[in-house]
Amino acid sequence: MSGDYSFSLTTFSPSGKLGQIEHALNAVNRGVTSIGIKATNGVVIATEKKSASTLIDDESTEKVAVICDSIGMVYSGMGPDFRLLVSRARKYAQQYKQLYMENPPTRILVEQIARVMQDYTHRGGVRPFGVSLLIVGYDEVNGPSLYQVDPSGSYWAWKASAIGKNMINAKTFLEKRYNDEIELEDAVHTAILTLKEGFEGQITETSLEIGIIGTSTIGVAGKDREEFPLFRKLSPSEVKDYLANIA
Amino acid sequence: MSIMEYNGGSVVAMVGKGCVAIASDKRLGQQFMTVSTNFQKIFPASEKTYIGLPGLATDVLTLSERFRFNINMYKMEEERDIEPKTVAHMISSTLYQRRFGPYFVEPVVAGLSKDNTPFICAMDLIGCINFAKDFVVSGTASQNLYGMCESLWEPDLEPEDLFETISQALLNAQDRDALSGWGAVVHIITPDKVITRSLKSRQD
Repeated sequence: MSGDYSFSLTTFSPSGKLGQIEHALNAVNRGVTSIGIKATNGVVIATEKKSASTLIDDESTEKVAVICDSIGMVYSGMGPDFRLLVSRARKYAQQYKQLYMENPPTRILVEQIARVMQDYTHRGGVRPFGVSLLIVGYDEVNGPSLYQVDPSGSYWAWKASAIGKNMINAKTFLEKRYNDEIELEDAVHTAILTLKEGFEGQITETSLEIGIIGTSTIGVAGKDREEFPLFRKLSPSEVKDYLANIA
Repeated sequence: MSIMEYNGGSVVAMVGKGCVAIASDKRLGQQFMTVSTNFQKIFPASEKTYIGLPGLATDVLTLSERFRFNINMYKMEEERDIEPKTVAHMISSTLYQRRFGPYFVEPVVAGLSKDNTPFICAMDLIGCINFAKDFVVSGTASQNLYGMCESLWEPDLEPEDLFETISQALLNAQDRDALSGWGAVVHIITPDKVITRSLKSRQD
């Protein structure tokens, strides 16, 4: 029977470590850098998007994902693992909405995704996810918020954070740049600058993916056509404008 | 014989100026035989929100416990009080899940939201919500209640005037309904307190 062999792959070593989870974190640390910054009136997430070949149509790959009206997410690590988490997150957000007729608060959705990731650390026949996530949202309860979720299922709320290859340098950069009065526009600039620090080659509007939500992205959504902040991705032309301002 | 009228009972809710009121009768019957004269039909959902459940008594008992469970879980998970609008949609979803074998209740929700805006609504037994700005009625005396509310209710009633209005509306409606009556209970929900009063009425 298949069940006979479905024991957990993540087993404690005698020293108390979980090797599989540490390996998963290594996969994350080899991944492309992603940045998240919380501002007073919104949040931004950004990541590099570099194709392995010039022949790849890079419009077909999506690294910043919309989860629901008020929540977005980006990853560092393995793309396919991310897509599974995106579909789980979207499904949960819709289930929540079907029950309560409102979008889930960011924290509730983060807890749910973290639970899925924790599940994959001790369930039988599976391996942990090879991704860390940055999840941003804006809700009535907590305003703007930024969370990081790791393969182990642990999660934290950040003012600003970085994951992936250049995490350490990016975090020191953010520590110098961040202040509590920062506004969304400045936060987008800082995010681009941080990515630029560790970027190899020329940075263009197609080599960045940025998502924002805040008081400046208010729109109508839902059955009652209510107004609230919506998560949206910046178009290449918008990214181009930001880049022009930086250079 | 309709199962909705098996045990009898009525609930009404009204909007006032910065306050809401919800009231019900106290009767529990088996058709025309009165079994209890102290049957609870209004249940607290949060500090400022109440749920009225007129209908089949067994379903009133089941659902009141189920909503208590769901709301307690919500409070712990979300670390905040549930909004009246959210309560309404949660109830509506719960009822629609049993679309083809429904719970025989027609719930009423009344409460004040986070910013103390009045909220009332009523539902049919499969969860179709009726949002109202003035008053909602439900139960075996609902037709009578419509008549009373249409003539007594007016906008912007202060808490004490709202109490008088809803009490007169319910008392006079249930006196003309054989399946409702045997006293009444009224809750007036204001931003800083909830006033609960038991009313004596004709014992027939």
